Formats: sequence, structure tokens, C-alpha cells
Amino acid sequence: MFGEGILQGLYETARNFFGSYVDKDRLVTVQYPEERHQLPEATREFPFLLYDGPDPEAGLRCVACQICEKECPPRCIHIEKSKDKKPDFVGKQQFYPAVFDIDVSVCMSCQICVEVCPFDAIRMDNEYELSTSNRFGGLLYTKRELAKPNEYYRKIHPTEAAETDDRRAKEAEEAKAKAAAAAAAAAAKAAQVAAIPAVAANGATGNGAAPKPAEQPADKKPVNQ
Amino acid sequence: MTALPPPTADQIWVWMKAWLVLHTPAPFQALVSIVCMVAAIIVVFASLFALTVLLERKGLGRIQNRYGPNRVGPFGILQPIADAVKSLTKEDIVPRSADHVVHYLAPLVLVGASFLAYAVLPIGRNMTAVNLDAGVLFFFAIGSATELAVFMAGWSSRNKYSLLGAMRAIAQMVSYEIPLILSSIAVVMIAGTLSTSAIVDEQAQYSHGIAHWYVFTPWGLAGFILFMIAATAETNRSPFDLPEGESEIIAGYFIEYSGFKFALFFLAEYIEMFAVSGLGITLFLGGWSSPVSFLAWIPSWIWFFGKLLAFIGCFIWVRGTLPRLRMDQLMNFAWKFMLPMTLFVILSAGVWRFLPSAVAGSTGLGAVVRWLVCALVVLLPYITLARTLESGRKIEKREYRFAD
Ligand code: SF4
Ligand code: SF4
Repeated sequence: MFGEGILQGLYETARNFFGSYVDKDRLVTVQYPEERHQLPEATREFPFLLYDGPDPEAGLRCVACQICEKECPPRCIHIEKSKDKKPDFVGKQQFYPAVFDIDVSVCMSCQICVEVCPFDAIRMDNEYELSTSNRFGGLLYTKRELAKPNEYYRKIHPTEAAETDDRRAKEAEEAKAKAAAAAAAAAAKAAQVAAIPAVAANGATGNGAAPKPAEQPADKKPVNQ
Repeated sequence: MTALPPPTADQIWVWMKAWLVLHTPAPFQALVSIVCMVAAIIVVFASLFALTVLLERKGLGRIQNRYGPNRVGPFGILQPIADAVKSLTKEDIVPRSADHVVHYLAPLVLVGASFLAYAVLPIGRNMTAVNLDAGVLFFFAIGSATELAVFMAGWSSRNKYSLLGAMRAIAQMVSYEIPLILSSIAVVMIAGTLSTSAIVDEQAQYSHGIAHWYVFTPWGLAGFILFMIAATAETNRSPFDLPEGESEIIAGYFIEYSGFKFALFFLAEYIEMFAVSGLGITLFLGGWSSPVSFLAWIPSWIWFFGKLLAFIGCFIWVRGTLPRLRMDQLMNFAWKFMLPMTLFVILSAGVWRFLPSAVAGSTGLGAVVRWLVCALVVLLPYITLARTLESGRKIEKREYRFAD
């Protein structure tokens, strides 16, 4: 009523003023280029491409399936499929991206590309100092700039990376088991096939051809307006 | 001016000017004398502006538990230079439909008028640029010229926000000019002169080693506080910075100004603030005189600038503390509180002057009685006013229909 509130306020600000010189804890500012916050593990900024092993070209997990390109809401991914193939981590022959560009200035860090990738090939980075003096080329990241090793992924997102690694190890195991099983089956079949001609050498040859697959009825459906 | 004053520390600047004038040919002496004073005032107060901006940013930062600028130079002390370069190199945009001439003139008039006020400020012993007999009157007259410049800026920009800001500024300045002038009338009454130098001389006397500053009297203290509140409003400082309320009208009357013209507005605002603080010092705090006689050996100009810096510190402190007022609160405060209080201050000054000389001895019981009576003349209305203004107003938590 008589202005005590103002005096109280003045006291409070004076306390802040002098306190900030005495007590370092009061100053919450992080002096950015010299000091940095510890980033939370789930930080995500911009996608990058994972590769296994030492060579970013050979180990790149991306198979150029272009799912991410189609799903990316602002359409900032550009992929060109390769003509030839290279083996992936389970040894299967796969395409690889001849060109894989992401426009940083367009990417909105939505992580959809990561969610849709069936090959664990693209993940979110936590690098946030992306400024550049060239606003066209400097903001378009090519495959070379995007490719980062799995170790890096383990470092920035340990939990996620462990889960992915486990799953991929299992897959590789299964694939190996399957391959082994397939090899065994093939061997068995080969043995069988080797045995069969002896038995059926004198049978009729007319039923050797497989029946033609039935025409897909869906294709024939009239289009509804 | 033929005789040089003695080159003591107190009179060093006066001596330097006199020396310079003495060594110029006679026809140019008057010109050199004027140029010296004008250049000195402009240079000193413009650099004080740079210093203040830095102090303000640092101080506000600390008040808010931040560092404030600390990148340019050691501890950020070169920040004003960086700011100056920035504002000089920025593009100067004039709206297409603006009144170009007036738009161009407004910042110049504002800066010119703000600097003119320093003509009558005694910034040291024998250091008044122009010793006018009606110095206080001149100061207020020039102070009103800034209102014209503000309205020129607001009107010529052809922007609704700038017009609103200018109208707010005018309303505020006109309302607060009255308590500002009324509270200084008390001083003029007691000193019996309108000359700023004479007012300071009046206060630069000592009894029992203590100066006769008007702020040591009850009416002077009250008048001083009212004067400073009115001065804060007059110079659009926080918490009375409604004309530039960012949240409501973006930047008020200088919204359409950019680059160096904006910097000029900024400069003028601070220059005005120094000027009006300087007048407060002159009227109530004994100008360049020291408060106690044994400190009188410190040069007079150091006293003046020390006091000015203390004022600036208080301005920054208040700015860091109080939120901006609302328009109706501002007007209520001016007309319902400030105006009656300044009238009572005048009354109190009259009582102080005309209390029977038997009671009003300079020492002993009489002085105490006079002091108490004058204090009561101010204090009683203050309590009554504060109570009545508060009654009937309930402060309670507001219920929001949509915001929760
Ligand atoms: S990153 Fe993943 S989704 Fe995108 S093309 Fe490569 S494999 Fe396909
Ligand atoms: S994070 Fe979102 S916007 Fe960025 S590349 Fe992936 S899908 Fe596109």
C-alpha cells in the first residue's frame, strides 16, 4: 500500500545482482562454444547412414529400397539405385545407393525415415552444429558425409544401438542357420534327386511341367469411379 | 576573458578552455568558447551513453542471474563499439508512404532538443555552459520540445503502432511533466532563483560540516522522490515505458526507424535520462557539491558525475525490478497520487520557509520541531492518499475462462 512491495522487489533484485557475483550456481547460462550441455540420449537432429566394418562403401547397410525417400514428408531424400549389387551383412546380394543425398535445410527431423527403414540403415544423429557458409552445396549432404560407422551410433545412442545390434546379430545367426539348413536341404535334395532318376526313369514324362499359376482376379476387377 | 583561473584539479577543464580561448585571435574567441563547450558536452555525454548501455546490459543480466554481454573484448567492454558499428552499417529503411521530411527530421530534433537541455546544467564549479537566469525554466521548455519530436516520429511513420505509441508517449509526458515541474517549484521557492548555478551555490554551504542539500529536508526528500518518479516517466524508462511496450505496440513511435536513426532515438532517450537526472542532482542533491565539508577537496565535476552514475545505477536497478504499468494505472498514478503529493510538497516547503524564525533556528529544538512539522505535512497526505486509493480495490486471483 505504501510501496513496501516495491522495496521488497528492489531487495530481491539486489540480492540477485550481488548473489550472481558471489555464487556461481546462480548463473544458469551455459557459455556455449566453450561449455556444452550433456545431450540427452534421445536427442535427434538429422539422419545419417550406418555402415559396418571399416569401409563406408562396402559396409553401407542401405540397400536403396527407397522406402525412406517415399515416406519422407518434406521429400528431402534423394536416392539413385546402383546398377550392380553387393553382398549385405548376411551375404545376400543387394543393390546399394549410387547417390544418397539429404537436404539438411529441408529435413524437419521427424525421424520417419528411421522408423520405416527395414534394414536399420538410417538413424538419427545428434550433431547440431550444421551451419555452413555455402547455403546451397553446403546444406546438401551426400552419401560420403552421411555415412558413419556403427561405433559412432553406439556412442551417441547406446541403448538403441544395443537393441539394433542384438536384433541384427540374431538375424545374421538365423540367416546363417537358414543358409546352413538350406544347404543341408539342398544337399539332401541333391542326394534325393540323384536317387530319383533311378526310380522314375521309366515313368511318364508328360506330367513333368508345373501347372501355370492362376490369373490374379484382382487385376481383372473393373475400376470403380 | 583575460585572466586565467588557477589550474587546480577542480578547475582544470575551465582552465583549459580559458587557455585555449586566450590563444585564439580575438574575432574567433567567442566561437571557440562555444565550440569547446558544445563539443565537450556532446563527447562526454555520448560516451556516457555508451558506458550506460553496457552497464545496463551487464546489470540487468546480473539481476536476472545471467552474465550479460561478455564476448566483445575482455568482459565484453567493447560491446558498445560493436553495437555502434552494427547500427551504422544497417540499412536505413523509410516506409514508402511515410512523410519523408518529417520522418527524417524527427530523430534529429529529438537528439538536438535532448542535448540542448545540458546548456543550463552545472556539471562542476564554474562549469555551466550558459548561466541563464531562468535556467530551470529553459530546461523544462526544451524538455517539452522532445514531445514534439516524438509525435513527429509517430505521425510521419504512417503506422498505427507508431501513432499509438506516440499518443501514449504524449499523454504520459504531459501528465508527468506537471508533477515534475511542481516538485521543482518547491526548490525554486526556497532558493528564490530559477538559475541552476545559483541553486547549487545555495546548497553548497555547510553547517556542522554537512551541506545544505535540499534532499536533507523533509519536503526536499519527498520532492526528490516524486521528481525522480516523474523523471522516470518523462524519459520513458521502465516501469513507465509504455510508449514502446514490445508486447502491445512492438516498439511504439520508433517502430519504422532502423539503422542509425533508431540508434539516434536510443541515444536521445538516454541523453534525456542523464539530463533529467542531472537536473535532479542540481535541484536536490547539491549539484557538484560534496555532502560533507571534509570531502570538498574532491573536484566538483567528479562529484557530479559520481552522483550521475549512482542515478544511472538506480535507474537500471528499478528497470530490472518493476514490470511495466498499464495505461490506466499510469494515468491514475499521475493524477491521483503524484499531483496531490507534489502540491503538498510545495505546502511543506512553504511551511519550512515561513515558520516563525523563533522556532526555525538552524540548531537545537527549533530545527527538530520544524523538521517534524514539515515531515508531517508530507507524510499525513501520503498515508491518507495511499489508503484511499487502495480502498475499494481488491487484489485477487483472476479466473481465466479459456486460458486454463
Ligand atoms: S535408408 Fe533404409 S529405407 Fe532408405 S533406401 Fe536405404 S535401406 Fe531403404
Ligand atoms: S528425418 Fe524426416 S524429414 Fe528428415 S530425412 Fe528423415 S523423414 Fe525426411
